[in-house]
Amino acid sequence: MDIKDKIRERLGAKIINWQENSPRRIYFEVKKEDIFETAKFLFKDLGLRFSIASGMENPASLEILYHFSNDNTGEFYSVRVHIEDKKNPAIDSITPIFVGAEWIEREIWEMLGINFVGHPNLKRLLLAEDWPEGNYPLRHNHES
Amino acid sequence: MSHKVIVPIGPYHPLQEEPEFFQLYVDGERVVDIDIIIGYNHRGIEQLAETKHFDQVAFLVERICGICSSSHPYAYVLAVEDILGGEREVVPERALYIRTIIDELQRLHSHLLWLGLAGHFIGYNTVWMWAWKYREPVLDCFEMITGNRQNYAMFKIGGVRRDIKDEDIPVLKKALDELVPAIEMFRGAVMDDPVIKMRLKEAGTLTKQQAIDWCVVGPTARASGINIDIRRDEPYGVTDRVNWSVIIENDGDVFAKTIVRILEMNESVHIIRQCLEKMPKGEIDADIKDIPPGEGIGRVEAPRGECFHYIRSDGTNRPVRLKIRAPSFMNVASDKVAAVGGTISDAALTLAAVDPCYCCTERLAVIDKPSNKKIMNGWDLVKLSQEKTEKLKQGLSDTGK
Repeated sequence: MDIKDKIRERLGAKIINWQENSPRRIYFEVKKEDIFETAKFLFKDLGLRFSIASGMENPASLEILYHFSNDNTGEFYSVRVHIEDKKNPAIDSITPIFVGAEWIEREIWEMLGINFVGHPNLKRLLLAEDWPEGNYPLRHNHES
Repeated sequence: MSHKVIVPIGPYHPLQEEPEFFQLYVDGERVVDIDIIIGYNHRGIEQLAETKHFDQVAFLVERICGICSSSHPYAYVLAVEDILGGEREVVPERALYIRTIIDELQRLHSHLLWLGLAGHFIGYNTVWMWAWKYREPVLDCFEMITGNRQNYAMFKIGGVRRDIKDEDIPVLKKALDELVPAIEMFRGAVMDDPVIKMRLKEAGTLTKQQAIDWCVVGPTARASGINIDIRRDEPYGVTDRVNWSVIIENDGDVFAKTIVRILEMNESVHIIRQCLEKMPKGEIDADIKDIPPGEGIGRVEAPRGECFHYIRSDGTNRPVRLKIRAPSFMNVASDKVAAVGGTISDAALTLAAVDPCYCCTERLAVIDKPSNKKIMNGWDLVKLSQEKTEKLKQGLSDTGK
C-alpha cells in the first residue's frame, strides 16, 4: 500500500478534498481541528519530512499549507487548512510533535497574526522588537 | 553556582547574506545553551514579490542570497512552471542542460568557499587560500557564460537567458580538468591529516534522530545519515539523465559534513562533463507569455539543501503569494542541539559547519554576564579555535606520531 492510500485510509472522512495536480503534487484539505493528528500521522507514522508551512490571507479566510515531502518517491504532500475567524485566528501548534516546525510557526504568527496554541516559544522571529503589535505585514490591510 | 558567561555572536556584517545572532551560554569551556536570533536582514521579499510581475520576481529572488545565486531563481521558475504543467513540458531540451550546468557550477564554487572558511577557522590558512584559489576559475567560467561572477540572471520562466557558446565549452572542460586534482588534494588533506581529523571528528555532532526532528536538509542532513537529495528525489533539469551518486555519511559531525561537501564536488564535475557531452542544439527559451491561475511548488537542491518556493497565481501578471524557504532556515535552527555540549573552541566551527554565512562569526564576542564586560571579540574566538589546532599538532609531534 503506498503512502497516498495510507493517508486516505487513516484520515478517511477528515479529508475535505483531495487534489492531485500532478503525480508529485498532492494537495488535500483538513479541518483546522484535525491538523495536529494529520501532522503527527504524516511525520511520525509515515516518516515524511516536514519541508515548511506557508500561510496566506484569502478574502474569506486565513490559509495555511503544511508541506510534507516523501523523499523516497519525490511526492510532495501539501495539507491545506482554512481558518475562517480572521479576528482571532488560532490553530493547534505542531511544534510539540517535532521541533522543526518551531521557527515557521513563529514566522506565520508574526506575519499573519495566527495564534499557534501550545507552541512552546511563540515570540518574534524576523520582525524587529519595536514593530507595532497587531500590525501583520502579510495581511492585506496592514499599515506600512 | 557556577560562573555562567554569555557569548553573543553576530549579527551584522555588510558582506553576509544572512546575518544571525548567536548567544552562547557558556559554563567554563562548555556551551550549555544557545539562543539564535535572526531577522536582521529581513527585507520583506515575499511581500515585495506580490508587487512585481512574474518575470521581475526571478531577478528579485536572485538577490536573496549572494552565494547560491542560481538556486532561488531556479526554484522560483520551477514553481511557476509547475503551474504550467512542469519544467519538462515547457522548457526546451538545451535549456534543461544549461540549467543543470549552471546549478552544478554554483555548487562547486559554494562548497569551495565553505571549505576555505572552515580551513581558516581551524587555523589552516593554507586550505583557505588554496580553496579560494581554485574557486576563482569557477567564477571565471560564470563570467564567461553569463557575464557575471555572481547574480547570473540566467533563469527565466520557460528557459534560460543566455546560451553556452561552442567556443566556451573547451574552456569549461579545461577548468573542470584542472579542478579535479585540486578536489583530490583537499580530500587527501582532510582524510589523512591527523590534526584536521582530530579537530573535526566529534565536533558539533547532529545525530540522525536530531536531524529528522529538526527537519534539516542538504549536506547537513546527508552527513547525519539521511538519504535525501532533491536532484535525485524530484529530478529537475537533467539530473536524472546523467550518472552521479548521492554522498551519505553517518557520523553527523563536522568531519562528516566536510567529507560530504568535498565528495559532492566530484559529483558536480561529473554531472557537468556529461551535460556538456549530451547537450543538444536548439532553442533555449519557450517564450511564455501568460501564467494561468493555479498554485505551484518548486524545489531545488541548493548547495546548502532543499530550497523551496511556493507560488499562487490568480491569472493576473503578478503572483498572489510567494513563499520562500531557504535551506538555512531549517539548518541554522539545528545549531541549538549541535553546539550545546561542545566546547567554546569548537563553537565557531560548529556554527559554520551548516554553511550559513561566515562573516557573522567575525562579530563573535564573549561577554562576562555579571559585569557585562566584553572579554573576547570575534577574532579572539577564531584564534581560540586555531590555538586548539596548534595544541593538537604539538601533542602529535611530542608523541612522535
